[in-house]
Amino acid sequence: MLELRHLSKTFGGLRAVDDVSLTLAEGSIAALIGPNGAGKTTLFALMTGFHPPSGGSVHFLGHDVTGEKPFRIARAGMVRTFQIVQPFAGQTVRENIAVGAHLHIADRAAALAKAEEVARRVGLADRLDRDAADLTVAGRKRLEVARALATEPKLLLLDEVMAGLNPSEIRDVIPVIRAIRDSGITILLIEHVMQAVMELGERAWVLNQGRLIAEGAPRALAADPVVIEAYLGQGMARRLAKGRGDA
Amino acid sequence: MTRLSLLLVVFAALALVPLVVTSEFWLNVCVLTLFSALIGQAWNILGGYAGQFSFGHALFFGVGAYTVAALQVRLGVNPWIGLVLGGALGAAVAVAVGWLTFRYGLRGSYFALVTLAFAEVFRILANSIPWLGAGEGMMIKLAAGPGMLQFKNLANYYWLLLAMTLACFLAVWWLDRSRLGARMLAVRDNEDAAAAIGVDAFAVKLQAMALSGLFMGLAGVFYAQRYLYLDPGLAFGPTESVEALLVAIVGGIGSLFGPLLGAIVLHALSEAAQAALGGLPGANMVIYGTVLVLMVLFLPRGLASLFRQRPQPVEPPDA
Repeated sequence: MLELRHLSKTFGGLRAVDDVSLTLAEGSIAALIGPNGAGKTTLFALMTGFHPPSGGSVHFLGHDVTGEKPFRIARAGMVRTFQIVQPFAGQTVRENIAVGAHLHIADRAAALAKAEEVARRVGLADRLDRDAADLTVAGRKRLEVARALATEPKLLLLDEVMAGLNPSEIRDVIPVIRAIRDSGITILLIEHVMQAVMELGERAWVLNQGRLIAEGAPRALAADPVVIEAYLGQGMARRLAKGRGDA
Repeated sequence: MTRLSLLLVVFAALALVPLVVTSEFWLNVCVLTLFSALIGQAWNILGGYAGQFSFGHALFFGVGAYTVAALQVRLGVNPWIGLVLGGALGAAVAVAVGWLTFRYGLRGSYFALVTLAFAEVFRILANSIPWLGAGEGMMIKLAAGPGMLQFKNLANYYWLLLAMTLACFLAVWWLDRSRLGARMLAVRDNEDAAAAIGVDAFAVKLQAMALSGLFMGLAGVFYAQRYLYLDPGLAFGPTESVEALLVAIVGGIGSLFGPLLGAIVLHALSEAAQAALGGLPGANMVIYGTVLVLMVLFLPRGLASLFRQRPQPVEPPDA
């Protein structure tokens, strides 16, 4: 449903995203992993129109959406969340989610009802009338997901929705994301929490310094020397293997 | 009581004011207060709801005033048609200014400065175009009668203004329960987040400009018909721009009743100051400034926040 062809983005001399091509199948949960600064969030920004790519193209549902405005891409069905949560502070949780619901629902009462239903799906039903600014980090992350979900996306791009959560909060969120996929929405997530990637991801891409360096099932990737070196530094894979051999 | 019934009750009570207030002086104070409420609410649509602070709202006011005046004086067009065209042109100029500024991503203080500059440009243009009376301004011929949108009786002006103000407040009441209003608040609070979930922020801001410009234009038509005279300084000068934003900020931006509260409090204070200081010129401006500083320091959400923390998100269905 999503295809990136030779996508690149340079900021000055920095190649933040360098010739990335990938194809995402419908109905799956896939993960984009990689060390900090690898270009994951930039890649999301290129896909959703927040930055114009320096090269390459983005194809969504068979249409070339390269360089389209973010709201058009959202209307086409590809919706992102933000790593740094962006609630509409001063508005309630219900009102926040309703803005997403309004994408396809003109009527105010119907959008508010839809917001309530979406809040239930992500576990915010008990905080509907709270000010979004008063939510905990975990609550705000759920609100990000809820707002995006309320737009009825076909592809949901989740940018580190588990960062900053404690292990029990992460355990709570995983089934929520799985339930979203089961409702027919394809999910691509950026995640550092490997527990989540292992449990959720059916497929993963590893990005390092703007380039895709590996692709495959998350468990296989975790053992891939190239991936280990990207995270831990050159020579680490060999040393780890040696360590295991010695033991 | 729903917000709509509260609004209608308040305006019904306001409609009775000319029957109670017989003094021409005090009725005039009421007219000025209502006028402030109208332009404050018009500003509130753009500033309070869509989050775009304009420092040059006199621009749309002046366009409305000049439209009705020039059409009458130069072309002999009936002012009722001028009323419609004044509002429409106010909206059209607002959309044009919005298109030019938002297209280039101007936000915050840059937007404020550009609106200020546009108002100045129009003032200078009006000052130099003979067809618009240039520096001398324009005098509308006295021809009292409802057909000419002129009244001998101040009470009739009051009711005309009340009708315009009611229309403006009803528009804001509608915004509070519409998709457009929700999108304006979303754009105000976080434009990127709004765009990510499908809100066309540019279009939303232009719609806010149009609504805001429409009611400023109508206010301009009222002004021209009430005083039958206008010049570039009156129409496009900073007075109306400052008054509009002051009333909205003091009353509480982003709230339905805020501009009415702000208008009442500011005019009450101004009258009290005039009485206490014996009509010292400029005393009301000193009061305005002091009130604004105090409001920003101690009550940044305005007077309306004293009554309610936030607009109720869900209303009970009307009866």
